[in-house]
Amino acid sequence: MIKPYSQYLLANGLKVLLKEIHTAPLVSSWLWYRVGSRDEFNGHTGISHWCEHMQFKGTPQFPSEVLDRAVSRDGGMWNAFTYFDWTTFFETMPADKIDLGLRIEADRMVNSLFDEKEVASERTVVISEREGSENEPYFLLGEAVQNAAFRVHPYHHEVIGDLSDLKSMSRADLHGHYRTFYSPNNAVMSVAGDFKTSEMLARIRELYAPIPTGPIPPRIFRSEPAANGEHRLTVEGPGETTYLDISYHAPAANDPDFFPVTVLDSLLAGPSSLNMFGGGGISNKTSRLYRALVEKELAVSVSGGLTATVDPFLYSVVITVHPKHKAEEALAAFDDEIKRIQKESIPVTEITRAIKQARALFAYGSENITNQAFWLGHAEMFAAYDWFLTYLEKLAKVTPANLQNAAQKYFRPQNRVVGTYLPTGAEGQS
Amino acid sequence: MKPDNQHSLPGPDDINREILSNGITVLARTNFNSPSVVIGGYIPCGSLFDSDEKLGLADFTASSLLRGSEKRNFQKIFDDLESAGANLSFSAGGHTAGFTGRCLSEDLPLLLELLADALRCPVFPSEQVERLRAQFLTGLAMRAEDTAEMALLTFDQIVFEGHPYARPDDGWPETIHAISCNDLEDFHHIHYGPRGLVIAVVGALEPKAITGQVARVLGDWNKPSQPDLPALPELKPLKKETTRKVKISGKSQSDLVLGSYGPRRKDPEFMPASLGNSVLGQFGTAGRIGEVVRERSGLAYYASSSLSAGIGPGAWDVSAGVNPANVQKARDLICKEIERFVEKGVTADELADSQSNFIGRLPLSLESNAGVVNALLNIERFDLGLDYYRRYPGLVKAVTSEDVLTAAVKYLHPDKLAIAIAGS
Repeated sequence: MIKPYSQYLLANGLKVLLKEIHTAPLVSSWLWYRVGSRDEFNGHTGISHWCEHMQFKGTPQFPSEVLDRAVSRDGGMWNAFTYFDWTTFFETMPADKIDLGLRIEADRMVNSLFDEKEVASERTVVISEREGSENEPYFLLGEAVQNAAFRVHPYHHEVIGDLSDLKSMSRADLHGHYRTFYSPNNAVMSVAGDFKTSEMLARIRELYAPIPTGPIPPRIFRSEPAANGEHRLTVEGPGETTYLDISYHAPAANDPDFFPVTVLDSLLAGPSSLNMFGGGGISNKTSRLYRALVEKELAVSVSGGLTATVDPFLYSVVITVHPKHKAEEALAAFDDEIKRIQKESIPVTEITRAIKQARALFAYGSENITNQAFWLGHAEMFAAYDWFLTYLEKLAKVTPANLQNAAQKYFRPQNRVVGTYLPTGAEGQS
Repeated sequence: MKPDNQHSLPGPDDINREILSNGITVLARTNFNSPSVVIGGYIPCGSLFDSDEKLGLADFTASSLLRGSEKRNFQKIFDDLESAGANLSFSAGGHTAGFTGRCLSEDLPLLLELLADALRCPVFPSEQVERLRAQFLTGLAMRAEDTAEMALLTFDQIVFEGHPYARPDDGWPETIHAISCNDLEDFHHIHYGPRGLVIAVVGALEPKAITGQVARVLGDWNKPSQPDLPALPELKPLKKETTRKVKISGKSQSDLVLGSYGPRRKDPEFMPASLGNSVLGQFGTAGRIGEVVRERSGLAYYASSSLSAGIGPGAWDVSAGVNPANVQKARDLICKEIERFVEKGVTADELADSQSNFIGRLPLSLESNAGVVNALLNIERFDLGLDYYRRYPGLVKAVTSEDVLTAAVKYLHPDKLAIAIAGS
């Protein structure tokens, strides 16, 4: 159920989107910055994510120990995320307490301390976060595939950054990054929940309008040249399970082709949930790849993922290979399905089904105010909120011909990286 | 209309609870703000019925329920579900097998029909069972490589030694190999029935209509001979500190879990222990444990405590993921915090903070249909009363610092901790 919203632009460049939802006494407020791992040079990989961590380390008004207690005491949920194109901070609070969230974000847009000792302590925390990810075969394989897919574009490195950079970056680097990118004219605020728009807007003006406009931050524009051929790689690591990651260069969120590829993902690997908070997903047991791989016992699971990004990123299919089969066998069956979707006309009923699934996922996500506020701002990071509002309409306009064209255009071997995780054996003992 | 904070919480005036003539309990609550419906429930068919040799049988049975029924084969079941954008899944824990599903409100009859088919007339086709077996075995191979899961599993083995809670509900590779199609059929035939089945439904339908729809598909299900769950043996607390290490090579990070057993959900110490646990390792960025291990020492990305309380004794533990070189340092810091917690308890300010957090976060946990379904099942499983969430703020505020200290002293013994470490 899509409800009306309103948007405003403050004189300092801060864009504000507000959506009243009166189903529960809650308000969710998000502050989005147009900075992410794509804005990092070699030597500074992971700086956006680390910088996000430092935003929780306090300001003169809200020292770190005060910040955390204040939000938790009021029964709030808060967190932050860094991605390729953006960094975001949110608070979901009881409606009568949201002012605290608004004040915290206004304050730390300009006043974060980046204390030297806190930088040192957080360095090891971030390294520990990376080490935890390195325990997972999926991460190791995904990182290798991403590196191979992007030689030129800064999407080539993981958001967490490379270990050598995490060890070498300084307080000055982090603070410089903060001062460059954290400004009202590089931010979008999205608020949804149980409030009156006029009152919320007045309070936001009061808190944020005095913050001075910053210089327009630089953004790296290095487009990835077309690949000249298929790239295959292997990653070895502990375990007994083989994984395949087949990633095709995919259209950006604003490209009209994004919607046919979304439907192709749904047909091939099952519908993907757009919801970051709540809602759950729909199983994929009648998808084409599940039938070809899991039902044929070449794999034990398969999933697909298309990400909404500013620049073209990847459409990835991850396959957990059946213990009695080899990765090559699963890949051959996968390729047969790709050829089928490229050659055979797709029945309209399959598209209609994908639309119904998307409609259901939308409905599930609408129950959650945090999710509503998330989408209000998230869509602005790669397009505009209208992109989200018209998402179902755009899917409904996709024709069988659009699908076939997109499958032929994007699902070419020359346009992909095939990564295989080869297990070196299990070793678990007390 | 602005919702009233107190009355947006579920209570006796908006929860419809009915017991069908065959013993099924139906809980329903309306929410016309969302076009979707969520269902959830449980049936007393958990792993407590499993033998050691066939551990995982209850979970395997629950997971097989949607693999084919007398009325629909696997393809038809999932074609119906996925075409409607609906989902339905089953899994088993120690005491019960649980199910959860959701759909657009127009598709509730379909979802309930599929639920009833799965519960009443599954057929366990051998081809599907073998496929599932391979998936389980792969899952167990992945578990054996997961430092966090292996540390927790080992912790349970120490704390609950000699008790059924020491066993993983999803079994071991050799026990999964030992389960046959006949075992699944027999387990279902003997244990599944309407007695003890609880189903909660929340969504854009009137409560009476919901109960009527449930009765239509499950109201005539009868099974006179449903065995009771075996009684739980008494837990023998540890007499000394016990440490076990699981070596998993090639890992960048090790996981450690330290703690003891905890109260049952219905024990009077549950709420004080819960608030104490918040101070110890939950509040803010994971309470005192997070402050010492992450914020001050920079040793871990995650470090927190948890209290899991159910029908039987729960677990009260602290866990952290750290570089293998820092395991001892993290362990020492955590042990010191547990000692301090047991010696001095919590301050009045700390308790007030956590009380405020518990009360303040309630609307957030109950904003979605899924959140309300969980709340209704919680009420039923632990006999909390339909007015529980309305009384909740009072129950939280009634806890004193002394209550917290009493609970801490009763359950956490710094010299008798169970310590599990998994990693390189």
